[in-house]
Amino acid sequence: MTVDYSALGQRKVGRRRLLGYLVAAPTLAVAVRLASDANVPGHALTIPTPGLPADVFDLSDSQNYAAKPTAHLIWMEIREDGTVHFALPRTEVGQGIVTSTAMIIADELDVPLQDVHVTLADSRPELVMNQLTGGSNTTMSTYYPIRTAAAIARGALLEAAGLMLGGLTPTALHTDNGAVVAPDGRRIPYGDLAKDAAVDQTTEVEADLKPATDLKLVGTTVGRTDARAAVTGAKQFAMDIEVPNALPTMVCKPPTIKGTVRSVRNQAAVLEMPGVTHVAIIPTGVAVRARTFGQCIDAVRALDVDWAPGEIGSDSDEDVLARIRKAEIPMAVPEVPLLAKTVDTDFTFAFASNAPLDPDCAVADVRTGSAEIWASLKVPIVAQQELAEALGFPMDKVTVHVVQGGGSFGRRLFTDAAMDAALASQAMGAPVRLMWHRADACRQGRVHPMSTSRVRATVLGNDVLTYEQRHTSGRTDFGHGFGDIITASAAKLPVGDYSISQFIYLLTTGAHYNFGATTSLLDELTDRKLNTGAMRNIYSPNVAVARELTVDKIARTIGKDPYQFRRGHIRNDRLRTVLDRVAEAGRWGRSMPRHHGQGLGIHSEYHGHSACLVEIDASPATVNRDVRKAVTGPRVTKVVFAVDVGLVINRSGLKAQMMGGIMDAIAIVLTSSLHLKDGNFLEASWDNYAYTRQWNVPFDIEIHLVDSGIEEPGGAGEFGVPAAAAAVANAYWAATGNMPTHFPVNHSAPLHYEPYPYNPPVPPSPTSGLDHVK
Amino acid sequence: MPTHTFRVNGETVRVDVENDVRLLWVLRDILGVRGPKYGCGINVCKACTSHINGKAFNPCAVPVGDLRPEDEVTTIEGLADTVEGDGLHPMQDAWIEHDVAQCGYCQPGQIMAAVDLVRRVKEEGRAISDADLDTLRNICRCGTYPRIRDAIRSGSEKM
Ligand code: FES
Ligand code: FES
Repeated sequence: MTVDYSALGQRKVGRRRLLGYLVAAPTLAVAVRLASDANVPGHALTIPTPGLPADVFDLSDSQNYAAKPTAHLIWMEIREDGTVHFALPRTEVGQGIVTSTAMIIADELDVPLQDVHVTLADSRPELVMNQLTGGSNTTMSTYYPIRTAAAIARGALLEAAGLMLGGLTPTALHTDNGAVVAPDGRRIPYGDLAKDAAVDQTTEVEADLKPATDLKLVGTTVGRTDARAAVTGAKQFAMDIEVPNALPTMVCKPPTIKGTVRSVRNQAAVLEMPGVTHVAIIPTGVAVRARTFGQCIDAVRALDVDWAPGEIGSDSDEDVLARIRKAEIPMAVPEVPLLAKTVDTDFTFAFASNAPLDPDCAVADVRTGSAEIWASLKVPIVAQQELAEALGFPMDKVTVHVVQGGGSFGRRLFTDAAMDAALASQAMGAPVRLMWHRADACRQGRVHPMSTSRVRATVLGNDVLTYEQRHTSGRTDFGHGFGDIITASAAKLPVGDYSISQFIYLLTTGAHYNFGATTSLLDELTDRKLNTGAMRNIYSPNVAVARELTVDKIARTIGKDPYQFRRGHIRNDRLRTVLDRVAEAGRWGRSMPRHHGQGLGIHSEYHGHSACLVEIDASPATVNRDVRKAVTGPRVTKVVFAVDVGLVINRSGLKAQMMGGIMDAIAIVLTSSLHLKDGNFLEASWDNYAYTRQWNVPFDIEIHLVDSGIEEPGGAGEFGVPAAAAAVANAYWAATGNMPTHFPVNHSAPLHYEPYPYNPPVPPSPTSGLDHVK
Repeated sequence: MPTHTFRVNGETVRVDVENDVRLLWVLRDILGVRGPKYGCGINVCKACTSHINGKAFNPCAVPVGDLRPEDEVTTIEGLADTVEGDGLHPMQDAWIEHDVAQCGYCQPGQIMAAVDLVRRVKEEGRAISDADLDTLRNICRCGTYPRIRDAIRSGSEKM
């Protein structure tokens, strides 16, 4: 069974003409629609029947499509000092979109990179669903609109320069490094043209984008535009912003998940504590405002609260797993020839934390009748709606400023901390700089749900006749608008009646191999006892681990080399190319010492393809190495990763995203999970939740960017995780001789820490800092 | 309320605050020095790493009352001034050269820890090894670790 990919992989385009506007303004201003029609799959796209929906129309298309009817304008402005200004309606959380956006503008406009100032737009409700940062979709959805705006600006500058030079036609001129250049070599800086190029009346114009061969910056290696700010401490996150009188505020959170306050027994005494200015009950706990966060921590610990319990009762991991098992739909018994062998696999994935290092936090200044919020929010419009509703204000009385975030990984899709801040500020009648303690981020923050993934394949000779994957998961909360975007486009897709979760699953899960009749489906629990949310790349990492381990098992069953077996069955040439690259560069099949192993994994998504080869050391000396209060275990020693995302904007930025994904992959397979025990998560800080640390990092990591000549950018922010996770799992199998079935592999090992108490909800601040100075 | 005198990034500061408030909050909330970041408050994530008298420490775990007037606290903001010339510290340059930062939140602490690690290794007359790099406890949730390792190696050559 094969699919015709001619409509897909080969989306080559020639020179593009796109529409936009010259906008009436004192200096040159340009506007374009954010969702350029050219970048949205049209009705002409043919839907091949045998593949899974994601093969032809993935999550990113769905977002683009949903954005289409509601897209509104974005502006670019050129000032008299020659600088270019653009407020990106997306959220930078480390993925590098501010830098890549500046590169795209600088390239199309011929202006020095440092003259391009990209900021993050405040919440703009009129953009409806077009101000959401998720699904690794930023570059795909903004690349052509931003280039169009820059091209229109460039055209207007050429025209203005022609007039200034006494009526030369723009075609006689060219642009270079922030100036228009005349045939005789005279240069007019853009700044000198900014006023002349402005128009009094907004007019529609067509722009010619540069041909791909003229792009000089796009596709090169550029350091982040905020690199200097990051290394000097000048880069500001939400808790660094100075808002007058916004004092530190923390919330005393319940000792159980989703518990609620009945009453506070010692409010007056806590108000007397040093530095404390306010104590107020809010829906998620008791907020305390003080001169310093240290004094907030002390006050939170001193609060004596009568708590009502949450809904999870005394459930532990086993209870949730039992519910998932109950919800599992039996695998089909395929009708295959009698001689066919059945390969069954069954994997369990523990709860995981999507918390970034920059904690859940927000600044809020709520006055009578209006509010201003500063936070790193990936769906600011939904945040604005929810905050307005909770505060009892009309939406236009709430201003939401989007701040760069210190990571997201799924956490900043939600509004939880901004909600706490807004309600605390309202209750106290004072501005607040509200931050969750790390313990709250772990225990009260959103978790990636536990899941199981089962696969049944039937094999006859060298052929796989059927492949069925059933992923069963705790409920993933998509109540942040992301789901709405997806379902808005539901009617246009070749799939039946699915829930939001099932929809997202279908759109992110493609068929990677020619395995005969292929199905991959999701079933989710529906209870809301826990605070859940997606973690980087949603379902794909776990789905890929299950799929790729099963592929290795099939290969072993029929006595084939896992690389050759994959090669022979891969459906897509670009995917085969990245696989070949890692096999060659990583010297697949080289002889490894005892207790060492190699493993492979592949994954396609976001119109891109990736493959990974991992080497792991599971020798007793390595596994048992001792690092104080830490998880050691097997160590990934080498990673070779190859990725083809289509058009690359910034090579350094893309490699950084893959690198981060690989570090996440090592964590989810080998070391990091949350343990639910008697109704609570045990983990309360980074010494408990074992995200990858330096002692887990591979010594050797190679990332190959493979160019397949595609001129369209794909998605990258989450793409590093699944192939790498699968390769780590397969390498672990090769090194230990046992196929891992529970993830992370150390989840049921004895804990490496003593859990912190639940009441008070945050640990005391230590005093021994100077004793550790070496 | 007691008054505390100590030095921050080359200048003497006087702060009126209770003895037991941890230095991280005195720096961030009272003095407005916000390069050192909060990531845990219990001396495990190392996001707040700064230097005291030239050696790494974690101000989230030090009561301000423990500081003496002659103690010199250096945060990321003051690191460049600890070396000659107008430029950045060689470790900061190495960070830029290797394009290490992603979100950047952990990086002030990473750089301060890296400078201290190189100092200690050099005092032992050695070159930085993988084993030395493995001792760094700073979390980077964006996973920039491999570039951190590369940057420390090249930064150490210029220190
Ligand atoms: S905040 Fe100081 S070590 Fe984490
Ligand atoms: S760069 Fe984001 S936490 Fe390190």
